[in-house]
Amino acid sequence: MEAQLQQLKEEVLQKIEASASVKELNDVRVAYLGKKGPITDLLKGMGKLPAEERPKMGALVNVVREEVTTVLEARMTLLQEQAINEQLEKESIDVTLPGRPVKMGNHHPLTRVVEEIEDLFIGMGYEIAEGPEVEKDYYNFEALNLPKGHPARDMQDSFYISEDILLRTHTSPVQARTMEAKEGQPIKIICPGKVYRRDNDDATHSHQFTQIEGLVIGENIRMSDLKGTLSVFAKKMFGDDREIRLRPSFFPFTEPSVEMDISCFKCGGDGCNVCKKTGWIEILGAGMVHPNVLEMAGYDSKKLSGFAFGMGPERIAMLKYGVEDIRHFYTNDVRFLSQFHRTEV
Amino acid sequence: MLVSTKWLSEYVNTQGLDPKDLGEKITRAGIEVDAVLDRSHGMTNVVVGYVKEKVKHPEADKLNICQVDVGEETTQIICGAPNVEAGQKVIVARPGAVLPGGMKIKKAKLRGEESNGMICSLQELGIEGRLVPKAYADGIYVLPETAVPGESVLPLLGLDDIVLELGLTPNRSDALSMLGVAYEVGAILSEDMKYPEAAYTASNVKATDFLKLTVEAIEENPMYIAKVVKNVQVKESPLWLQHRLMAAGVRPHNNVVDITNYVLMEYGQPLHAFDYDRLETKEIVVRLAGDGEKIVTLDDQERTLKSNNLVITNGNEPVAIAGVMGGANSEVHDGTTTVVIESAYFVSGSVRQTSKDHNLRSDASARFEKGVDPNRVILAAERAASLLAELAGGEVLAGSVIVDELDKTPAEVVVSPDFINNRLGMKISLEDMTSILTRLKFDYQAANGLLYIKAPTRRQDIKIEEDIIEEIARMYGYDEIPMTLPVEESKPGGLTSYQAKRRQVRAYLEGAGLYQAITYSLTSKEMSQKFALETAPVTELLMPMSEERSILRQSLIPHLLEAVTYNTARQADTVALYEVGSVFLGETDSGLPHEQEHLAAVISGKWLDHSWQGEKKAVDFFVLKGIVEGLMELLGHTSELTFERAVVDGLHPGRTASIKLSGEKIGLIAQLHPSEQKDRDLKETYVLEMDLAKVLNKEVEALYYAPVSKFPSITRDIALVVDSEKATGELQAIIQLSGGRLLKGVNLFDLYEGEKMEPGKKSVAFSLTYFDPERTLTDEEVVNAHNKVLKALAEQAGAELRG
Repeated sequence: MEAQLQQLKEEVLQKIEASASVKELNDVRVAYLGKKGPITDLLKGMGKLPAEERPKMGALVNVVREEVTTVLEARMTLLQEQAINEQLEKESIDVTLPGRPVKMGNHHPLTRVVEEIEDLFIGMGYEIAEGPEVEKDYYNFEALNLPKGHPARDMQDSFYISEDILLRTHTSPVQARTMEAKEGQPIKIICPGKVYRRDNDDATHSHQFTQIEGLVIGENIRMSDLKGTLSVFAKKMFGDDREIRLRPSFFPFTEPSVEMDISCFKCGGDGCNVCKKTGWIEILGAGMVHPNVLEMAGYDSKKLSGFAFGMGPERIAMLKYGVEDIRHFYTNDVRFLSQFHRTEV
Repeated sequence: MLVSTKWLSEYVNTQGLDPKDLGEKITRAGIEVDAVLDRSHGMTNVVVGYVKEKVKHPEADKLNICQVDVGEETTQIICGAPNVEAGQKVIVARPGAVLPGGMKIKKAKLRGEESNGMICSLQELGIEGRLVPKAYADGIYVLPETAVPGESVLPLLGLDDIVLELGLTPNRSDALSMLGVAYEVGAILSEDMKYPEAAYTASNVKATDFLKLTVEAIEENPMYIAKVVKNVQVKESPLWLQHRLMAAGVRPHNNVVDITNYVLMEYGQPLHAFDYDRLETKEIVVRLAGDGEKIVTLDDQERTLKSNNLVITNGNEPVAIAGVMGGANSEVHDGTTTVVIESAYFVSGSVRQTSKDHNLRSDASARFEKGVDPNRVILAAERAASLLAELAGGEVLAGSVIVDELDKTPAEVVVSPDFINNRLGMKISLEDMTSILTRLKFDYQAANGLLYIKAPTRRQDIKIEEDIIEEIARMYGYDEIPMTLPVEESKPGGLTSYQAKRRQVRAYLEGAGLYQAITYSLTSKEMSQKFALETAPVTELLMPMSEERSILRQSLIPHLLEAVTYNTARQADTVALYEVGSVFLGETDSGLPHEQEHLAAVISGKWLDHSWQGEKKAVDFFVLKGIVEGLMELLGHTSELTFERAVVDGLHPGRTASIKLSGEKIGLIAQLHPSEQKDRDLKETYVLEMDLAKVLNKEVEALYYAPVSKFPSITRDIALVVDSEKATGELQAIIQLSGGRLLKGVNLFDLYEGEKMEPGKKSVAFSLTYFDPERTLTDEEVVNAHNKVLKALAEQAGAELRG
């Protein structure tokens, strides 16, 4: 019986060795180690042995079984690994093939500029105020120190709807409306929006364009506050090393009035085609709110003061992104729009 | 305003200062110098020539062979100008000269004859044709006999000069004169002024004996002064005066007209010269015109006057439109001997209105419109009289004919230095402030801690304290203003919830593949209401620039479609655009239209690109519908959202739906009508428009977390056979209503219509999810709920389970 066991062992080990797949090996396991296998048969047949031989024989069978099992499991691990490797080999792909495109649109460049400015001022405690695009002459002109017949009205030819109603020529009426609504309380707002002027559309003019203005009113607001605020804006918008300079100018709704230049962000001030060789780029108009404007909205101009500034997102986008024709913003050519997708800096 | 720096230096010392630097200083102090123009254009080798001899070119009719003395030699030049003659002093560009147009002068042969240079016109030296005196407009320019051959012509013609072009803001009309600019420059440079002289010996005869003056419209014309000058000889002005006018952008005519223009440029006070004899009546009456009264102005146009137009008359008929333009009937001409010089103060509003009425602008009206200096009316008249005596041999009659009720008191401003410093955020000393006022030539007194300032009448823009603040600041230098930030109670800034949601809507739509477009609000009558969600009376411009842009839109779709057409015509496979913008409806109580913020989107062409994976799909209704559903989910309105078949002009009748929230229509979604697509050469195109304001202003339930359950859900699929017309939305609603509280999800996963179905029937398959967050469901419970659903479907929709 011992010899029989040895022979069986040789046989199984041979079969294990010969198994080329997990399945074959499993078949071997079932055939030899299963409930109906020869090893089990041997154990069952032990009953015929003399009682004193049984423990010895039993131990022997167990040793063989363990030995076989160990070999089988080692072989199993090997075959499984091989199978996985084959599978992985089959699953290889060409990783240089293009990925599935993610379909994404993006902000219009003007919105991009407007939101950037909005966010910058929100960070300084400003709120966003909006108002109607069709306005009363009163809010568009009169409340801003531009009475009927004022020579400065020639500066902006308007689209009138009736004698008293027109398409707003700037976003300043939002300021006038806000002042009226705030009834003498401090104000800190940014007003973005569409505006309209009687211009023929060409590379530098558009009958519809965008403006963004700011207004701060409070006790003892000084011109130095305006300058400091504009400097923060210029640095955040155009780079930390931007310098600003103010030049006296004229707007009916501010006194004193200024225009702000920034040092050229392309050449740094040495002179190039962006700054027309001057080293400076005109960015916005600003000033201290005219006392007439304050008084008309019910503010005591002796107690309260304020500053206002305004700029054109088109101009800023044109400067920043090198856009040469203002009409591109309103043609909505996808080849143009899609270029304003990625982040900057 | 064009400012010759040479002319300017007569009134204020600018020596040693480069004109470019001067321009920069003027700009920094408040008047923008738009351009610094070199009148010489860098020309060299352009000299005086003397035409000794002229003979016709044997080979060319229009050419002349001239022997020209150019100083160091006499040389041959071929000249084609019709007015060249022997004995003339002319402008010669010698070989090597480069003219302003870029023309290089070289020795040449013209039809076999040598030509060593070119005899020039003024235009060839860079002077605009409109400024060249009429006599020389079509030929070469002839210099005075005193010109010396060989000398450079540049000083002779005043071309050795730099002109500053000022871009004046409306408040600085004081700088519309050489003297005004001189005051400004004097203040900037701390230099004193030199004033022009008005000295002449008056005749014994009194002007009032010659001319009677009546001003009937004293409100429009509070001051009028006339000088009478006899024995005037009308001729060409001296060259210096002509070239100063040309430098200032004014065309020389004759000495009398030139003198009035010169004084206009010098003082900013418009003058007019009448031919005294042509007035006929020895009388001037200033009055308002009669409605329909006519006058032929100097530009030979007949103009019909309005009753609010101020006119100068001879007592019978108008001889000038006051402050705008003279009449042809009283114009100074070659034979004029007695001249009436008018210097007046016409009220700005009146001149502006008249100028606007006749669409007629002149150097005079431009100045009156902005207000002239009341104290220069007489000065200018006297200056003109003295120049007429000097340059036209005139005899100035004694005194003036004058009506004067003009208030000439200067504006008084009282301001405290502290107020100035507080507003500026600076600490300028009183000494520095008063020194600036002195430089500006403002009268002031410092007393009781206040500055009492009398603004000169030439500075009509100085009225209030803030005006003084600006003067002090700009002269002190804006660079000196420190940089601070407002000191105030700190408050958080931010967006309103509407604004914040609108940004989320944009980000969502862009994430869904749409580009943001911005189109025009103004449109044509035809497009103004097309595809509109809602129409109301339109808002129309009074005076549109074109029919295309004459009315405010009531729908965003037409212009978005224009953009789609534009892109499609340029080979774009896919166009997916959205816009957020206002539409304008009817009229509110305030008279303004209702402005509603709408959202629109248009998609056309391919949705999924043709990639190497072989997928390719055109846009369809459900792409856009999915975007709407996603948007409503984002905004928290999924449970209120329904779609209903609708019919809208211009849209596909079978593929149009109203979008509703809680039963209220808030938008539409549709395929563009195939015939509209064809008109625009578009493939299938889908449009969406919704009342964004209405959606964003809708209340949203607070967001609460629902506990994530440990218990499993059970899913049952059903395939139903129903009539083809049955809307799946209806089936879904039946399922939801009948499923009870355990039914948590209904999802349509298959739709089949075709050969395998009985005609008029379709198969619809739903997946139903049952779930109780508290426990595991028993089979029995699910079967019960599910049977109720099947029963309801059978009863209410005639749906059978597909075998």
